Amino acid sequence: MTTLPGRSAAPAVIDVRGVHTRFGDAVVHDGVELSVDAGQVFALVGGSGSGKSTLLREIILLQRPLAGSIRVFGQEVIGLSDEAALPLRRRWGVMFERGALFSALTVTENVAMVLAEHTDLPPRLIREVAALKIALTGLPADAGAKYPSELSGGMRKRAALARALALDPELLFLDEPTAGLDPLSATGIDELVRSLRDGLGLTIMMVTHDLDLLWRAADRVAVLGNGRIVGVGTMSELSHSDHVLVRQYFHGPRGRAALEQAWKTK
Amino acid sequence: MGVEQGTGAARDFGAELSVAASGARELRCWGQWSVRTLAALEQLLAQMHWPEGGDVLVDGSGITQLDTSGAWLLHRTMSQRSAAGGAVRLQGFRAEFAALLQLLASRALLHEAPVAPAPPWLARVGRQGWTALAGFWSYLAFIGESALALLTALRHPHRLRWRPILHNVQTAGVDALPITGLLSFLMGLVIAYQGADQLQRFGANIFVVDLVALAMLRELSPLLTAIIIAGRSGSAYTAQIGTMKVTEEIDALRTIGVGAQDMLVLPKLIALVLVMPLLTVYTDVTGVLGGMVMAKLKLGVGFGAFVDRLDDAVQLSSYWTGLVKAPVFALIVALVGCHRGFQVGGSADSVGAQTTVSVVQSIFLVIVTDALFSIVFLWLDL
Repeated sequence: MTTLPGRSAAPAVIDVRGVHTRFGDAVVHDGVELSVDAGQVFALVGGSGSGKSTLLREIILLQRPLAGSIRVFGQEVIGLSDEAALPLRRRWGVMFERGALFSALTVTENVAMVLAEHTDLPPRLIREVAALKIALTGLPADAGAKYPSELSGGMRKRAALARALALDPELLFLDEPTAGLDPLSATGIDELVRSLRDGLGLTIMMVTHDLDLLWRAADRVAVLGNGRIVGVGTMSELSHSDHVLVRQYFHGPRGRAALEQAWKTK
Repeated sequence: MGVEQGTGAARDFGAELSVAASGARELRCWGQWSVRTLAALEQLLAQMHWPEGGDVLVDGSGITQLDTSGAWLLHRTMSQRSAAGGAVRLQGFRAEFAALLQLLASRALLHEAPVAPAPPWLARVGRQGWTALAGFWSYLAFIGESALALLTALRHPHRLRWRPILHNVQTAGVDALPITGLLSFLMGLVIAYQGADQLQRFGANIFVVDLVALAMLRELSPLLTAIIIAGRSGSAYTAQIGTMKVTEEIDALRTIGVGAQDMLVLPKLIALVLVMPLLTVYTDVTGVLGGMVMAKLKLGVGFGAFVDRLDDAVQLSSYWTGLVKAPVFALIVALVGCHRGFQVGGSADSVGAQTTVSVVQSIFLVIVTDALFSIVFLWLDL
């Protein structure tokens, strides 16, 4: 168990225990253990192919691990039927790495579709709320009428975030939220993430490589390596870790630059 | 205190407006203000009757939950009030809720994107006509490009991509043998069966050979093969190229310096032109075989007699008139299939739409071309 001293007694929002995953002969997860508390911005990092995204997909019920237990809001999700998962799925929002916007719908329709599917709001109110979410993510007003193929990569990402926020979820999953964004937009995204967390008590779990984002927004960070969690803690705790994989991750040239930057801004 | 109206729709959330004798108005809100209660809350607020003028105090001390949707409703109500004149003040909101309202006020410059008015019918007709014309031009351009690429490739045969050609021969040709064979066998069976009654009435049983062999060789077998291949391979061409276009693979090919024509179109075109005549010969055989089986069962014409008669019934020209159409049909199917693939826009929907158009157009063109062939053969007395 990874229970830390001084942690609140409230049940974790996400609780992963002993997850094993295997693709053919390749072992991806060999007993992953982690828990995310309510109101936390939790980041999962690790080298390419370390199984970060796979773990995320397992938590949001897109993939099934070989063994182990994954609890979200206290409910076991492994082996849950689609019908039983629906109430859970309404409580979380997911932003995929490449957006995964429905290409046949405009941005507004992408957001409105979620609202129309899960609420009984009148169409006018749905349009307004959709426009609000789009404005919240920093997209210009005329972006709503555009199709995903007409948007730039960064705008597509924001639109995807707007859709993930459509139902005001309690839990938000972000897969590489700032990848492919210019530094200014990336800063905008992590400011937005933090203000949503502060305003709504949102719990956020993200998979990211962005060290700046980790320093600025993450409350706790877990490093995945060799199929296990090799380090958990705040960024400053992790930067003092002795584990070789953690050191490699945070003390490469980029890691050092981000560290210096973080010290300067403090 | 003054009038009270619009009390909560449910006990656990709601809003209430009170007007003091001085004209000061207070909106008291409580409970859950979230996307789940939004519809009821909006109705509640819409029913409220606001007296003219005066300041408004919004008391949010009773709000237990506020999400962006609930905050939006509050924000909208407040902006409406301040637009109607009079200052709006907040009171008793929890710090995080106040911060959320602030966030909305700072970000939500909410003007819904204006909906473009529908163009008048004349403009629509013009636009459709223009689209059709542009489509025709792009066809011509595509045929030109393909011809050019083919000529260049023929001048430098070592640059031809044999591997994809052989792969296409396999998928469009060899893999299609079972289905084309079965369908043409059944077709031969049906023709013989339909003709049997009439022929029997005149005692002309043996002429079932002429019926089946001429129908299959001249018309049905090339047509049937082309239609199956259009549905089977033409659609696959469109879907493949279209998906590659959506995922920017075509652009990637260009930047690597590989022409999309060389890589994607020519192998398909060449393979199909090679394979279609072979498939047609094969379906000729299976079709006649089907006729033979039915002739034996229904008319008592034995296999030996059938084959003997085949020699007299079918002239070589009949065989050729059927066969010569096959490469032309192959050109049509391959060109339409590939061209439609390149017409795909950025969406998954577009792949589906273009695949449909591809199959419909190639079958249409194959049948029209078949009719043209018939006219030409009639002139030539073949």
